[in-house]
Amino acid sequence: MTITDFILPVLGAAAAGLVGAFALMKRTVLAGDVMSHIAIPGLGLAVLWKINPLVGGALTLFAGILIIWNLQKKTELSTEAAIGVMFATSVALGALLINSTEELVDALFGGFGAVSQGEFIFGVAVSLGVLIALWLLRNELIIGLFSPELAGTSGVNVDRVNLWFLLLFGLAILASLRFLGALLVGSLIIIPASAARQLTHTLGNFLVASVVLAMLAVIVGFIVAQHFGLEPGATVVVTAAAFFVISLFKKKK
Amino acid sequence: MTVLTVKDLEVSFDGEPVLTGVNFALDEKESLAVIGPNGAGKSIFLRALLGMIPFKGTITWTKGARIGYVPQKIDADRHLPITFQNLLAAKASLRKISRGEIDTIVHAVSLDEKILTTPVGHLSGGQFQRGLIAFALLGKPNVLILDEPTASIDKPGEEQMYELIHRLQDEYNMTIILVSHDLSFVYRYSTKVLCLNQSGLCFGSPEEALTPDMLRKLYGGPTKFYHHMHHDDH
Repeated sequence: MTITDFILPVLGAAAAGLVGAFALMKRTVLAGDVMSHIAIPGLGLAVLWKINPLVGGALTLFAGILIIWNLQKKTELSTEAAIGVMFATSVALGALLINSTEELVDALFGGFGAVSQGEFIFGVAVSLGVLIALWLLRNELIIGLFSPELAGTSGVNVDRVNLWFLLLFGLAILASLRFLGALLVGSLIIIPASAARQLTHTLGNFLVASVVLAMLAVIVGFIVAQHFGLEPGATVVVTAAAFFVISLFKKKK
Repeated sequence: MTVLTVKDLEVSFDGEPVLTGVNFALDEKESLAVIGPNGAGKSIFLRALLGMIPFKGTITWTKGARIGYVPQKIDADRHLPITFQNLLAAKASLRKISRGEIDTIVHAVSLDEKILTTPVGHLSGGQFQRGLIAFALLGKPNVLILDEPTASIDKPGEEQMYELIHRLQDEYNMTIILVSHDLSFVYRYSTKVLCLNQSGLCFGSPEEALTPDMLRKLYGGPTKFYHHMHHDDH
């Protein structure tokens, strides 16, 4: 494994860590985890049509984002139920579309062979894009987190910010989808953020810690996987989970 | 000069009218108290003024009206690591407001370092309310709308809160519109009063508008009125 092999996953992790910190505060963790599963039928279609899996994943992912966004706007009780239905349907559709077991395992747990140069550039651009866009949106997000009502009267277009956030969430999933798979990618978004929340008290420290822990999980996970010949994606997630367990020992104020 | 004109305001939810026939015109630098029993539509009225909900009729703000809004209650998540310092900085950055203005407002509302750096979910009712007022004042509004600013504040704090609002009105030359449930404060601090009970029942200076008849109509009986006058029950 060379340094360049690390660049893409580590940048993807940074994006996932920052998105995760905001998702944790927004309490949209469930919706976010489901979102990664919506990529599965897309990965299936990609296998079927012999196109790049990322293109297929992006296709259903962004369709799912628009559906969740519209559900969120209506704020009816049925949102969670609808998300649950989408979740189950996505996994089932994906399983039906992907009829080779090997490819199904790849879709769920990551893999899909070597990264092409085009995919490398795409991945780096997406990860950096997510980080920059979240930084630019931070003020709107922070006020919206506190009170959507107050955000509205302060000139923040809450619906627009929510859509942007979901899109960035989707892009962060896409950036790490390839090496973590649809089942595990959500964990890189949520576990480092949860650990960071345990360890920090201020907003700034929380955001930084979430990004750093996500990056560390990938670096440590890859090194351990390489050393013991383990599955890299799964090792990364277990490493992140270990960080979280350690964070639980820290006493909260 | 008139800052706000409301004509034939009507708000309905699912076809059911919850507020009808509100008509009045408010001058600059006035202090308007919106009163009425629970469920009278006071908060709905404010939300209509802010353009947050659809309504029939007309609400006309004068050109150049900059509105600051202080909501009644925000159920701040106790686990949110966000402080008023974060919120003021976020709003200042969005609106390109200088750090100096934040400092001035923080001082005017007497928010100390501790209140500024405590997560919002851990602040007391009065601290939280002052934080919200500071947030609303950022951007120098000339109209400040407050929804029951003393709802989550204890008795001695109520007096201080009205004093603070009164002082800020003078310092910032603002028109004040606030929902109040305490008539003794209405008589002391408000220049105009609007009675609501699903419809606009009265408008005028407290002395003119709040006749015993009107209060009976509004609150349904004299006992409640005297309770409110002496604010000995809540």
